[in-house]
Amino acid sequence: MPEKTQPKVTKQVKVIKANEIDPRFKYEVSKVPGAKKIMICFQCGTCTADCPIARFSDSYRPRKLMRMTQLGLKDRVLSSDNIWLCAACFTCVDHCPQDVEISSVLRALRNMAVKEGVMPVVFRDLSSNILKTGYAYVIPALRLRKREEQGLPPLPKASLESIAKLSEVTGFSELVKKKKEESE
Amino acid sequence: MTSYAIFLGCTIPARQPNYELSARKALAKLGIELIDLANMTCCAPPPIQSINLEASLAIAAYNICLAEEADLNLITLCTGCFESLSIANTMLKADKQLKAKINRILSQAGKEFLGSKEVKHYLQVVTDDVGLERLKQNVSKPLTNLKVAAFYGCHALRPSELLKFDDPERPQIFESLIETLGAKNVEYRNKLKCCGGLLRGYSDDLALNMAREKLVNTTKAGADCIATLCPFCFVALDIGQMQVKLKFNEIYDMPVLHYSELLALALGIDPEELALKTHKIKVDKVLNKII
Repeated sequence: MPEKTQPKVTKQVKVIKANEIDPRFKYEVSKVPGAKKIMICFQCGTCTADCPIARFSDSYRPRKLMRMTQLGLKDRVLSSDNIWLCAACFTCVDHCPQDVEISSVLRALRNMAVKEGVMPVVFRDLSSNILKTGYAYVIPALRLRKREEQGLPPLPKASLESIAKLSEVTGFSELVKKKKEESE
Repeated sequence: MTSYAIFLGCTIPARQPNYELSARKALAKLGIELIDLANMTCCAPPPIQSINLEASLAIAAYNICLAEEADLNLITLCTGCFESLSIANTMLKADKQLKAKINRILSQAGKEFLGSKEVKHYLQVVTDDVGLERLKQNVSKPLTNLKVAAFYGCHALRPSELLKFDDPERPQIFESLIETLGAKNVEYRNKLKCCGGLLRGYSDDLALNMAREKLVNTTKAGADCIATLCPFCFVALDIGQMQVKLKFNEIYDMPVLHYSELLALALGIDPEELALKTHKIKVDKVLNKII
């Protein structure tokens, strides 16, 4: 059973000002593969009710993030830590009665946040690992040496050259490097 | 003999020789040939998709191109790799515009995605290519008396529209494969909910709460062990038990085994050959019950 957390004292809610709203935001989001149906979310809350993270989190509510996106609260959404709390289990996508791919919308929002310069450390580390070694998790040299004595075939080398090219042309390497320089 | 290009990914070669050894040995015994292709890179898992979807699709598709060139379908062990490669394969096959866009990127690396191959998880290969009947005939050490709690994890089943693995609400493939080995499948509460594995490193508290719930519920159900498919679920539940002990002062001592390990043991492969010492939670209880 999930532990019940004590209800928190509600913080004073910041008033939404009209100039905070970007009416084009929802259209921008809807162009991303998987995020097309953001506009038809009717706020039933099935995503949040069925979300395995929301059960344990005080702040992660996918329904709220969908509504904020529809309303054009771009800055608030993209700077929110909550968009990074989705574990991509896709339960919400399977359960949404409107076929909104909530998890894919959140992925689109994270992609946009990265362009705005937001990238949590662990995500940056995994991304730089790919550029350096071809894999998101570094395979230790010791493990590579041990393979033979364990009866495993040698591990073929990843094509770093191809990764470099694909990362260059998609802007992936620039996004990762840029953020790294800023944080150093 | 059916041949597949094996896609290993990173986590299995980096830290789980127990998974790779058991899968390679068991599949060989069942007549499935695994071919290691040169140049395979990262599958571009969800954390990378979070950074840049286009780059992730291109990197995933690059691997599929290698399999297409070798005229082989892909087989994965890790369900994370299965998800990343499958969604790229399905999305690009279904969306001509997206495919053209990704192919423009891939041309920089001298590749073209054709959409001529399938990405399969090894459970599908065992079910479809070997079949439960033939698997049963090959079981020389049935896992009688062993109560197994199947844990699918998320990325075998969802997004179900793109993966088409099994009914995401009432999946059966894993349970059937467990029972074919002679073991008893144990049902438990919230079986299909995420283990929190992907939140490790970003929100450790949330991740640990989620993993702990699996340990509580499988223990209550009287399981002898949890069976996993995904190396991240394995980490969350196996190493996770050490962290649960530190944070909650609770000891579950619940062995976690990949299905491939149960399969290898049931096929009569010597436990000594399976690097079972990789497990943080000792599997002796399981071995004692079946040998």
